[in-house]
Amino acid sequence: MRRIISVLLENEPGALSRVVGLFSQRNYNIETLTVAATEDPTLSRMTVTTRGSDKVIEQITKQLNKLIEVVKLVDLTDGAHIERELMLIKVKASGAQRDEIKRTTDIFRGQVVDVTGSVYTVQLTGDSDKLDAFIQAIGTACVLEVVRTGVSGIARGEKVLSI
Amino acid sequence: MELLSGADMIARFLQDEGVEHIYGYPGGAVLHIYDALFRQDKVKHILVRHEQAAVHMADGYARATGKAGVVLVTSGPGATNTVTGIATAFMDSIPMVVLCGQVPSALIGEDAFQETDMIGVSRPVVKHNLTVRHPEEIPVILKKAFYIASTGRPGPVVVDIPKDMTTPNERWKYEYPKKVKLRSYSPAMRGHSGQIKKAADMLLAAKRPVIYAGGGVILGRASDKLIELARMLNFPVTNTLMGLGCYPATDRQSLGMLGMHGSYEANMVMHHADLILAVGARFDDRVTNAVDKFCPGARIVHIDIDPASISKTVEVDVPIVGPVDSVLKEMIALIKESKEEVDAEALASWWAQIDEWKAFHGGRYVTDDTEKIKPQQVIEALYRVTGGDAYVTSDVGQHQMFAAQYYKFDKPNRWINSGGLGTMGFGLPAAMGIKLNFPDEEVVCVTGEGSIQMNIQELSTCSQYNLPLKIVNINNQSLGMVRQWQDMNYESRHAQSYMKSLPDFIKLAEAYGHVGLKVERLEDLEPALKKAFAMKDKLVFLDIYVDPYEHVYPMQIARGSMKDMWLSKNERT
Ligand SMILES: Cc1ncc(C[n+]2csc(CCOP(=O)(O)OP(=O)(O)O)c2C)c(N)n1
Ligand SMILES: [Mg+2]
Repeated sequence: MRRIISVLLENEPGALSRVVGLFSQRNYNIETLTVAATEDPTLSRMTVTTRGSDKVIEQITKQLNKLIEVVKLVDLTDGAHIERELMLIKVKASGAQRDEIKRTTDIFRGQVVDVTGSVYTVQLTGDSDKLDAFIQAIGTACVLEVVRTGVSGIARGEKVLSI
Repeated sequence: MELLSGADMIARFLQDEGVEHIYGYPGGAVLHIYDALFRQDKVKHILVRHEQAAVHMADGYARATGKAGVVLVTSGPGATNTVTGIATAFMDSIPMVVLCGQVPSALIGEDAFQETDMIGVSRPVVKHNLTVRHPEEIPVILKKAFYIASTGRPGPVVVDIPKDMTTPNERWKYEYPKKVKLRSYSPAMRGHSGQIKKAADMLLAAKRPVIYAGGGVILGRASDKLIELARMLNFPVTNTLMGLGCYPATDRQSLGMLGMHGSYEANMVMHHADLILAVGARFDDRVTNAVDKFCPGARIVHIDIDPASISKTVEVDVPIVGPVDSVLKEMIALIKESKEEVDAEALASWWAQIDEWKAFHGGRYVTDDTEKIKPQQVIEALYRVTGGDAYVTSDVGQHQMFAAQYYKFDKPNRWINSGGLGTMGFGLPAAMGIKLNFPDEEVVCVTGEGSIQMNIQELSTCSQYNLPLKIVNINNQSLGMVRQWQDMNYESRHAQSYMKSLPDFIKLAEAYGHVGLKVERLEDLEPALKKAFAMKDKLVFLDIYVDPYEHVYPMQIARGSMKDMWLSKNERT
């Protein structure tokens, strides 16, 4: 099953490579990974999406917890949560295509953030499925370049991940 | 407050931490530190002949005492030479601090002379590693290293020290940090009481129970508690390779070792048990055989300090995360208080069955040829001659398994071997680390002619520091364990498992200033061992020629259950 694991870790050099190293060392898979400092500059917040059986996911969270720099973590998929990913996508847009792509972008609540005579650059946020659906909708044939940030996530309601 | 250079801080810190010996080898990046060590005399440095041996020495010391061993090496090749030793300690959860020199900060990343990214290289085989980025941090970083290495589930910690952190003419405030706190690291201090209660009830209700105790009992100093619990309940106890000695092997309730080369009775008891109490053990693949066939009728209680060890390979019913000694203590108290009692009748018939299994096999082996020495006989003779009281280290192979099976360890911390990684070359330096710290104890390294040659250069270190240990080289003229697998799985095609051109070990020992004794006949075996142990102040290398065709049995049959075993070359369960 797909899981979103949110990790608070010490904002120190080497901490990120330890997490990444753990995944490859133990043969766990990483689908996406995002990381940046939090409002407290000594802490980083990382979101990892991964896939595995319940047993594997349990091992992943336990092994992550064992890393000295990991302060706290939560499996967001255990409860209600919000998941967002940002995509910048460059598409061929000439002639009749231009209107079509603009319309699709509007339907997906994206924005055209850069324009040339033959190319649109679209910005889109949402969960990963929505971004996949957008690419499907416009058709891969006209896609020139895709940049996705990977998933960031947060729990719904009053639950917070903090120290 | 004192002002010290980074190098002097390291020396001072080690003194303040109570470190008596450090094991290492000098080189450019650590010369400031070596100079600081030279100018003091509290911390003694032991100069090995290869950095891997320094790590195994520190490891042997740590396994025998429970305290962190300390290593000092230079950058680049000095550091990379320690990797096998660090991985060995990591797999067996041994507390250790490895101080590695590094090129000056300004040169890092430039492929400078003897630069290796030791933080990166060691990452998968350490509990943690740390880099010194400012000399002022040295005391706190070192304290963190010792704290992390020796608390919770212990393990090795590497500290990377760029040369400019130790410059002699720059001085910084030094204060010994008595404590450190890490917000992101807090090992469990006690087990969950509700879980312990549940487990206690299950123990009392069991009809066919067994206690499966591993190295965690030794690391967690819980041997006394384990004995108390087992005796109180009259439960059988089996030990893993790492746990030997945590329950006395000569005790009536002991089943000996379990697993791939475990005793017939231990594996039978496990397979037929209705309740397994696993204490400080990790359901390693060398124990369980095929996990889907593992102990089908058993409910499992698992006590371990490391939550990640729980349900990693085998699902357990009642997990208890916490230090084994405090958990066992609480469990004992609950059982004493409980109105329930063990089912004495069920236990009596369980024991009757167990005694039958014990009688059926009993560690037998074939001795048809009276001339040739059997490797098992060597260990039995060693046991008799040392009164079962020696510190025994081993290397890896058949000799290791024979030592584990036939030397009956009654005390913890006496059986020192590389269980998790299986590192040939471990035995001699580990024995050196023990002998150095316990000069009045008998220390024996049981080895093979293959393994001993992986760190034989350390015979020179033994002369330098006068380490009169005994080496029992079970010489079967082959890489016996490899050959056994080739006999069993590859129709005896012995690809590269011969040891051709063996050196004359007697002359070799003598060349290093030691005594060598060659033994070829059974009748000479015990007298030679006695003679060797009578030479209290000499390292004696016993080169004992044994039957090269012997196999280790029992041996679990791959992909089977615990009870599927070869019992001899042509007999299986
Ligand atoms: C460093 C290392 N290399 C290879 C092995 C694989 N291996 C396991 S046992 C063994 C044979 C050991 O031979 P010897 O020391 O003579 O012991 P014996 O089995 O003959 O008693 C080998 C090569 C290992 N465990 N460690
Ligand atoms: Mg051999």
